[in-house]
Amino acid sequence: MTRINLTVDGDKVADDVEPRMLLVQYLREKLGKTGTVIGCDTSNCGACTVHLDGTSVKSCNVLAVQADGAEVTTIEGLAQDGELHQVQESFRECHGLQCGFCTPGMIMQSIDLLKNNPKPSEQEIRVGLEGNLCRCTGYHNIVKSVQHAAAQGGAQ
Amino acid sequence: MIPAQFDYLAPTTVEEALAALGEHGDDAKILAGGQSLLPVLRMRLNAPEVVIDLGKIDSLRGIRDDGDAIVIGAMTQHSVVEHDPLVEEHAGLIHQAVEHLADVQIRHRGTFGGALAHADPAGDLGAPALALGAQFVIQGPGGTRTVEADDFFVDLFETAIGEDEILVAVRVPKHTGWGSCYEKFVRVAHQWPIVAVAATVKMEGGTIAEARIGLTNMGNTALRARASEAALVGQPATEEGVAAAAALAAEGTHPPSDLNGESAYRKHLATVLVRRAVLNAAGA
Ligand SMILES: Cc1cc2nc3c(=O)[nH]c(=O)nc-3n(C[C@H](O)[C@H](O)[C@H](O)COP(=O)(O)OP(=O)(O)OC[C@H]3O[C@@H](n4cnc5c(N)ncnc54)[C@H](O)[C@@H]3O)c2cc1C
Ligand code: FES
Ligand code: FES
Repeated sequence: MTRINLTVDGDKVADDVEPRMLLVQYLREKLGKTGTVIGCDTSNCGACTVHLDGTSVKSCNVLAVQADGAEVTTIEGLAQDGELHQVQESFRECHGLQCGFCTPGMIMQSIDLLKNNPKPSEQEIRVGLEGNLCRCTGYHNIVKSVQHAAAQGGAQ
Repeated sequence: MIPAQFDYLAPTTVEEALAALGEHGDDAKILAGGQSLLPVLRMRLNAPEVVIDLGKIDSLRGIRDDGDAIVIGAMTQHSVVEHDPLVEEHAGLIHQAVEHLADVQIRHRGTFGGALAHADPAGDLGAPALALGAQFVIQGPGGTRTVEADDFFVDLFETAIGEDEILVAVRVPKHTGWGSCYEKFVRVAHQWPIVAVAATVKMEGGTIAEARIGLTNMGNTALRARASEAALVGQPATEEGVAAAAALAAEGTHPPSDLNGESAYRKHLATVLVRRAVLNAAGA
């Protein structure tokens, strides 16, 4: 077991974990943050995307011990005082989802994208979301949602 | 799937990491960004007893100007290399290849040194490293040595890094003012290329004075297209001038056959991509 200390969605947590435990497992199984989902076995789908010290990562491809000392933000840490984050709101507004399985990862990656490029072109949005797969929407409304969020000054 | 059990060490200096490697030998595995190693461990293709994480060694991160070369620390993340002005100005080929490597999330974690040490023949950084004549700075118990790019890639997933050694940095000779182009042929976005070509050329007037070309996924290691390089010297940067040299691109290569394409198809692709890459690099 290895001791880790980190901040998740604003709360300080400390735990003893097996070194082999993946960050996504830690979030889901230890902290009960099941908003972050697992969609594949190959680190291709991006459904598990969270922010680690402010940048997007696939939490199925990071060990929990590697997050020692870091600040993690998941989809569950976005809303403030009952108000959805602008990007969450835009996905709702533009119907940027069907089954919703890819949505937590899409939103986390979209926020990362808008932080670095507040006014992305359609092409830049598609390239920026390359690591996130959606089996339902054909991406059309996902791209619209990101454009909508950008127009509202979405990165925050 | 999750990895088998292992012990985890997170040294804060290269010396500590080397000592741990020395103690555990081939039971140990180095962890850089984990973007190739963790998938391997999760699929249980490998099950080291000890994992030595280089993530807390700050001295392995960063990019600096070293006169006639730039030096990229092994643990520098792809996303840092991608946006670094020194890399863009003096090693344009690396800048272009990194931009198209994997996806944003993977580039945030994966490292320059990790990708090269992994030595996947389909990896995007081997060909640019060969074309630019990169020098690999490797540290072991007896000190530091430098290995030329042409001697670094030994076989499939095998490099000149010894079992008791760590890749600490890569020196890339400046190619300021050279044109460059990385042509990556891929079926699915954010994946490894079926074939890719890394070309950098030095122009004098409208003529190619020197060309250096690396090939991705055309054999067990990244390769140089030496026949094409030689045939390009003195040629005008036109379709006709480049065509004959490009036709030699696959000479001496033994590309794999797999789901994405037969060996013969890859050989054909290499000739097409060399033509495109050289013309683009020459600004034609
Ligand atoms: C979904 C996905 C898509 C990808 N697409 C691409 C792509 O299109 N093109 C591409 O090139 N790559 C791609 N990759 C791989 C990516 O580039 C990895 O980041 C890279 O190959 C490994 O770098 P790392 O820092 O993560 O190394 P790790 O995974 O930590 O290590 C890789 C190997 O190198 C060894 N090692 C690492 N650092 C050192 C060192 N300093 N000294 C000695 N040994 C060391 C490790 O022991 C291990 O065996 C992809 C990966 C994923 C998961
Ligand atoms: S679950 Fe992490 S990328 Fe698919
Ligand atoms: S909405 Fe179903 S996977 Fe994207």
